[in-house]
Order: sequence, then structure tokens, then C-alpha cells
Amino acid sequence: MNYPSPPKRLNSATLAPVQRTRSQSRRRRLGLRGHWTLGFILPVGLLVVWELLSRIGVFPPNLLPAPSAIALTLWTLTLSGELLIHIGITLYRVFLGFLIGGVLATILGALTGYSRVANQLLDPLFQALRNIPSLAWVPLFILWLGIAETSKIALIAVGVFFPVYLTLMAGIQQVDRKLVEVGRVYRFSQAQLIWRVFLPATLPSYIVGLRNGLGLGWMFVVAAEIMGASRGLGFLLIDGQTTGRPDIIIASILLFAIMGKLTDTGLVAIGRRLVSWQDSYSLQAQKN
Amino acid sequence: MLRVENVYKQFDNSFLALDAVNLEVHPGEIVSLVGTSGCGKSTLLRIISGLDFPSEGDVWIDNEPIANPHPEVGMIFQEPRLMPWLTVKDNVRFGLEQAADSEAAIATTLVKVGLADFANALPRQLSGGMAQRVAIARALITQPSILLLDEPFSALDAFTRTKLQDHLLHIWEYDRPTMLLVTHDIEEALVLSDRIIVMRSNPGRIHREFVLDLPRPRKRTDTHLQQWKERLLNELDLSLVRSLTGV
Repeated sequence: MNYPSPPKRLNSATLAPVQRTRSQSRRRRLGLRGHWTLGFILPVGLLVVWELLSRIGVFPPNLLPAPSAIALTLWTLTLSGELLIHIGITLYRVFLGFLIGGVLATILGALTGYSRVANQLLDPLFQALRNIPSLAWVPLFILWLGIAETSKIALIAVGVFFPVYLTLMAGIQQVDRKLVEVGRVYRFSQAQLIWRVFLPATLPSYIVGLRNGLGLGWMFVVAAEIMGASRGLGFLLIDGQTTGRPDIIIASILLFAIMGKLTDTGLVAIGRRLVSWQDSYSLQAQKN
Repeated sequence: MLRVENVYKQFDNSFLALDAVNLEVHPGEIVSLVGTSGCGKSTLLRIISGLDFPSEGDVWIDNEPIANPHPEVGMIFQEPRLMPWLTVKDNVRFGLEQAADSEAAIATTLVKVGLADFANALPRQLSGGMAQRVAIARALITQPSILLLDEPFSALDAFTRTKLQDHLLHIWEYDRPTMLLVTHDIEEALVLSDRIIVMRSNPGRIHREFVLDLPRPRKRTDTHLQQWKERLLNELDLSLVRSLTGV
């Protein structure tokens, strides 16, 4: 029998989308640059106003020093090599706590999300533990693990654990049953289903969970370092308080903001690479 | 050969979805299941695919009762169900066990469905009709001897639907797989099928079957087909619809 062949006709008509995506990606890069400068307008403007008001004496320098004074303090700390040590040790604590909390949360979240039995067995306990204000752990951790690094990293790990655990579990539970069925039609094993369907489908929400976890990691590192440390940005904060140096306090706060933002941006960049397949509103908005 | 033997399906809420269904589909045959919604046609297809289980009775493929999805069966769903993170090519590869030396087979299959130029596109870049053709390619790549189609074109516009129906027949010409098609589109059933099975609801059961001994390709405007359409519409249990709409 002789059938008309529709594919040929469809081909020529549908070549356009592929070409369009190429020019779209160019537009997206331009759009991103515009976004960057927009984000700088407000902070830079505030700094200028703050500096001006300090110069004409509206803010008392012993309570709120001028940005230039804070910059000078940062510069001195940098030259003495002190700042690098503080930043280094704080980064190390956040990183290690994030790694330990994140890995544990990933394993347990995947388990409770995928297996109903594991969920019924473990999740009630985790939900109860989640509701303990994490600072309440501090005395216990210090008692158990001492005042050195271990208790600090444990506290950060606890902070990172819960948001990662919760979002991963919920993400896995919300994976489209219809996609899972496609895997079942092809007789996937449990491991294949997890690796080829559940994991990639959960990736977008998992990355959000990691970002939340990292944010809490930065929060908890301050708590841990305020509690008792001889180095670190949190120590610098307390040091500024005891020596009556508002410039040091504000400098540490700024450093926390910068470090937190930088690490989050890094995580977002990795995440965007991994989920570039997503067909979402925000991606669409970037393209147009 | 596909055989459904005395299949019952009762859901947890005691609703009887299928009541003593018997069905045989011969190799290379195209059979349509039609009926109003709730007549159990999709449930029956899911049981044959191995995604769902009968409460009683068995499904036999090549004289063996199935307990799980069968390797000789390909399934095409109402939605494309493509993995959004995989390219067209990798979506087609999805069902292959040995994915290593399959490049040539994937390329051939993509040519069959007319998507050779889109091998590296992502699902979000495809139109509804193109996405469904990728789903067809994914089902074809394993060279199934039985192809199950669950309202495969119902989510598409009328123009694309007609095109894909012709296209499906064109593809069927290559390997002549057995096709079992669930549809609520009578015209679709008439254009494609060797046999049309009418199901009725409450409880879901096979009501009648019709053998269409007409040569293919069939013209949708053919007077024969129009007569068949009227006969089939009469066989569908539309009394409920009538009482609701007051016709």
C-alpha cells in the first residue's frame, strides 16, 4: 500500500524551534547581565548615603562608623593575615557541617521518600526532632563532644540536615506516578527506577533543599562560634563587642552576607547546570 | 497471541470495573476498545500491560500467563510521558536494556516517526504531536510484537490527530505488530481497526464486537464508514447521556 508520508512535511516546518533556542540562549546571557547590575543599585546607593550621613556627623562613629572606616578595618585585618584565618576556619566548619548533614539527609531522605516502611519507621522521629529549636542542642553537644571543633560541626550538621531531609523526602514522594510507570513498563529494577527516574525528577527540589540547608549552616556557624571559639567570623563578632569596636562587628556581619551569598551562588550555578532541562516559568522569563 | 481469560477487576471500594472479560487478539491484528467513560477499557489495557492486576482471571501472552510487564509488549499512553531531563534520543533509548550499540536503531526509529532532526532536542522544545511521536518511537525501539495504545491521540488537536492516525498505520506496515487501542473516538477506531469491541459500564464488560472487513487506507468521508459510525453510536450506551441532556 502507498501512504502519503507526513514526516517529511513536518520536518521542514518544524526546523525553526532548534534555531530559535540558539538565539534564545544568547538573549538569556544578555538578560542575566542586566539582572546583575540591577541588584547592585540599591546596596551601592545605600552605602553612598550612609557615608555622606556619617561625614556630616548624623551617625555617631562610636555606634555606627562610616563605610570607609569599616573598609579600612577590613583592610588592616587582611594585611595582618588575621582575616584570612577567620574566614578560612568558618568556611571549613560550614563546609564540613554541610557535607556531613547533607550526606546523612540525602541517604535518609531518599529512604523515607521512596520506601513506605522506612517512612513509617523513621519519619515520625525525625519530625519530632526537627521541632526542637536547634540551639537547644548546644549544651548537650558541648557536654558530649567538648568545646572544640566536633561540637560546632555537629551543630551545623544538625542545622543542615532537616531542610535537606524534608525537601528530598517530599520531592521523591511527589515524583509523577506516570513517569514511574514508564520505567515499570520496561521492567526496571528498584535501583534502576531510583537512578533513572526518581533521582533526576527530584533534582530541582533537592537543590532548593541544599540551598536552604546551606543557609541554615551559615546561621548555625555563627551560633557555634559565638558560643565559644578563638577563631572564626563569629569570634570576630564577639571580639568586636567586648572591645567596643562597632567597625569590627559590622565588618563581620558584611563578611557573613558576602560569604553566604557567594556559596549560595555557587550552589545555584551547579544546580542550573544540572536542571537545564526544566521547562519552568523562571527559565522562560530569563529567555524572553 | 494475546488472550484475556475471564478477567474480573474489583477495586478496594468494591466497585466492579471489569466483569468476566474474555478477549483474543491475533498476531498483526488491530483491535479497538471503545465505550463511554467508566466502562473499564483503560483498566483492561493496564491489566494487559502488567501495570495493574486482575482480581480474578489471567492475561496470556504466547501461552504464558503474565504477572509483570511483558518484554514483548510496548505501551503508548495518553500523554507522551517523556523524561523531561532526557533528549529525544535518550528518551527513545530509555526502554533499551543494552543501550550501548543502539545508535543506529535509534536513528532508524526516529526517521520512522519523522523526528530525525530532533534527536538532541529536549521535550520542552517539542509540540504535543511531536512529543507523542517520540513516545511512539520509544515504544517501537524494543520491537514489541504487541503494542498497547491508551487513547494515544486524544490530547491532540483534530488536525494533528488525523495525521498521526495515518502515520501510525504507516508505521504498522513495517513490522505489523498486534495493536490493541483504547479510544473514545469512534472515527479513530473505524479508520484503524480490523475489529471494534464495544464495552459498557456498570459493571464494565464487553457488549458486542464488530469485524470491519474494509481495505485500508480508509477514507474518513467514505459512506460505508459513516454508516458504521451510526451503527456504533447506537451500540454505545448513551442512554445516560440522553437522560442527562434531555435529548
